[in-house]
Amino acid sequence: MKYIDEYRDGRIARALAKEISDRATQHWVLMEICGGQTHTIMRYGLDELLPSQIELVHGPGCPVCVTPLGTIDKAIALALRTDVTLVSYGDMLRVPGSNSDLSRAKAQGADVRVAYSPIEAVKIARANPERKVVFLAIGFETTAPANAMAAWQAKREDLRNFSMLVSHVLVPPAIRALLASRENRVQGFIAPGHVCTVMGFQEYESLVRDFTIPIVVGGFEPVDILESILMLVKQLEQGEARVENQYVRSVTYQGNQPAQQILKDVFEIADQKWRGIGVIPRSGLQLRPEYAVHDANTIFDLQLITADEPAECISAQVLQGLKKPTDCPAFAIRCTPENPLGAPMVSAEGACAAYYHYRRHAVTAGETTHG
Amino acid sequence: MADQAKTIVELSCPAPLPVRDTVLLGHGSGGKLSAELVRDVFLPAFQNPTLSRLDDQAIVSVNGSRIAVTTDSFVVKPLFFPGGDIGSLAVHGTVNDLAMGGAQPLFLSAAFILEEGLAMDVLRRVVSSLQRAATAAGVQVVTGDTKVVEKGKADGLFINTTGIGLVPDGIDMSANRARPGDKVLLSGAIGEHGIAILAQREGLEFETTIESDSAALHTLVAEMLSVTGAIRCMRDPTRGGLSSALNEIAAQSRAGIELDECAIPLREEVRGACEMLGLDPLYVANEGKLIAIVDSSLAGDVLAAMRNHPLGQQAQIIGSVTRRNSGLVTMRTPLGTTRIVDMLAGDQLPRIC
Repeated sequence: MKYIDEYRDGRIARALAKEISDRATQHWVLMEICGGQTHTIMRYGLDELLPSQIELVHGPGCPVCVTPLGTIDKAIALALRTDVTLVSYGDMLRVPGSNSDLSRAKAQGADVRVAYSPIEAVKIARANPERKVVFLAIGFETTAPANAMAAWQAKREDLRNFSMLVSHVLVPPAIRALLASRENRVQGFIAPGHVCTVMGFQEYESLVRDFTIPIVVGGFEPVDILESILMLVKQLEQGEARVENQYVRSVTYQGNQPAQQILKDVFEIADQKWRGIGVIPRSGLQLRPEYAVHDANTIFDLQLITADEPAECISAQVLQGLKKPTDCPAFAIRCTPENPLGAPMVSAEGACAAYYHYRRHAVTAGETTHG
Repeated sequence: MADQAKTIVELSCPAPLPVRDTVLLGHGSGGKLSAELVRDVFLPAFQNPTLSRLDDQAIVSVNGSRIAVTTDSFVVKPLFFPGGDIGSLAVHGTVNDLAMGGAQPLFLSAAFILEEGLAMDVLRRVVSSLQRAATAAGVQVVTGDTKVVEKGKADGLFINTTGIGLVPDGIDMSANRARPGDKVLLSGAIGEHGIAILAQREGLEFETTIESDSAALHTLVAEMLSVTGAIRCMRDPTRGGLSSALNEIAAQSRAGIELDECAIPLREEVRGACEMLGLDPLYVANEGKLIAIVDSSLAGDVLAAMRNHPLGQQAQIIGSVTRRNSGLVTMRTPLGTTRIVDMLAGDQLPRIC
C-alpha cells in the first residue's frame, strides 16, 4: 500500500537504527508528543532496535488520557438525562470518570452513540428534533477543525438541539509547560505530525528559541519515527536547536489555513485543565460567545460537577515523561485495560495501554526496555 | 501485602471502578470480558468436564457414537450485507463450530425471535437464504421455534441455530492440545466479514466492495483430516478475530504462540479500511476462515491439502507454538522486533486520531 509499506520497511528501519547508533555518542532523552507515535513505537518494538544511548519518554499527546475527570463526569451526567443523546468518539466510552464511565451509563439506559465524525452528531440532531444532542468534543488541533465545522453547521442551520461539550487541548503550550518544569529531562521533541498538518510548524519556532531545544515534526509509521529520532540526534550531537520537518508528505510550514480559519471563527483560546497534569495557561479551546447556544457548558446546568484530580496520581508523571508506565507498582497487576485505574491504560494511544498490549512480555522476561 | 495495598491506594489514579454489576456490550465481544462472563457466571453454574473444555462444540458419546453439539445466536445488524445475510450466517456459524471439532454436520435447529412489525418479505428472504445455505452445506433443518416480541424489543430478527454432527473415530481436536514446535496454519485472508459489516453499517464506501467471507468450512476440514487425523486443534476466528482464537489456544495449551506478521494474509482493501478506521485486522471478525494447529512434520501436507480446496487457496503457515511466553501470543513484526498480540478487553474502539 503506497505511503504505508515503504514506511514499515524492515531494511530501511534497521539502517536508520544503525545510523542513530553510529551518531549518538552520549545519552539523549527524547519525547514523542503524540499518543499515535507512542502506539507505533510499542507496536513495532522500536525500543528493541534503538541503541541504549537513546531514551524515549512518552508525552501527553493522548487526547483521551488528558481529558479532565470533570469533563467525563459531565458527559456521563448529561448522558443519563432522559432528554439527551450523547455522541462521542469510540475510545471515550471506557474512560473512567469519578464513579462510572460512558459504556456503563449506556448499560443503564443512557442514549450514548459512537461516531467517527462530529458531523454524524449534527445529522442525529437534525433527524431527532425532540432530543438534545450533545457531542463530546475532545482532542488536539487534529480533531478541533472537524468539531468546529459541526458547531458552525449547527449555527448556520440554527439547530438549537445540538450542542458540544468541549475539552480541546493544544500542543505547543503543553510543550512549553513541560520545558519550563524544573523536573524536565527531555532534550528533544518529536512534534505530532497530524497536529502540524493542521497548524503548520511556525508555532514551534518560539519554543526552540526560548529553550534551545531541537524539535522535529514527525510522522506515525516506524520509519517516520526512526528518521525523526535520527534528525534529533544529528542536531543534538552538533549542538544545534532547530525546527525540522520529517513529515514532509503531509506537513507544510503554514499548515492547513482553511482549517485554522474555522478554528478561529468558532473557538477561542482558554486556560485548560489536563487530566493528571493540571491547568496549563492558554492551552485549550472553548466555544466563542456567539456559539453559546451550542455550548453544553452554558445551556445545561453543569456547574455543580467539579471533580478534582488526585494530585499524587502517577499518570501525571507518565504523561509528562517523568516516569514509565512500568515504574507504576499497579501496572499490569491491578491496572489493566479491563480494569483501568487511569486513563492512559484505556485508550490504545495511552502510554500504559501501549506498554501493556505490546511490550509486557519484554518487561516480564527481564529484557527491560532502555532507559 | 499491606504495604502494596497502601501504595496502590496512594496512587489514587482516577478511582478504579467497582466490579461490574451490569452487562456491558463488551461482554459480547469475544474478548476478555466475554471470557470473564463464561468463567464467573456460566462455568460455575453448569460445571461439567465437557463444558469446561471450552471448545467451539461439545463432543459427547452416545451408544458408542461421538456426537458433536453446538449452538450459536445471530444478532447481526444489518440483516443483509455484501457476501451474505443473517440466514446464511446462521448456518455457516453453526456448521463451522461443528466442523472445528472434526464433526460431519448433519442436522440443525433454527429458532427465530421476530420483532413485531418486521416486513414479512424480509423474513421470507432470510428463511430462504438459510434454507439454501443449509442445502449447500448438506445439513437439514429438522426442528425450529418462533417467538415474536414487541416492537423495539429486538433488532428486526434474531436467529439461534443448534447443530448436531458425528465425529469420526481417531479425531481428537481441542484447544488444549497445542505443543511447542507445532505450526499454526490459517486458511486465508483475515478481517473480511467484520469490515464488510462495518462498512455497510457506517455507510462507508471503498473502491471495491468488501464482501463477507461467510462460508461453511466442513468440506475444507474434511480435506485436511484426510491428510492426517492428528491435527491438534482447529478454531474459526469469529468474534474477537485471529487474536482471540489464538490467545484461547495459548492459554488452554499453556504454551506460547509466535506469529510472523508478514505471513498473515490480508487483502489490500481490508488493510486500507482498517488503516482508515484505526482498527487492527487481527481483532476483526471472520466467518469463513479457520486456524489449525498441526505437528510440524505434517504441516506441509496439511497446507497443500488446504490450498487445493477453494476456501483454502490462500492458506499460509503463520507461526508456531513455543515453550517460552506461555499463555501469550507474540508476533514478529516486519522490522524484526517482537510484540504481544493481546486479547482485547471488550470491543475494539475506533481510535480518535
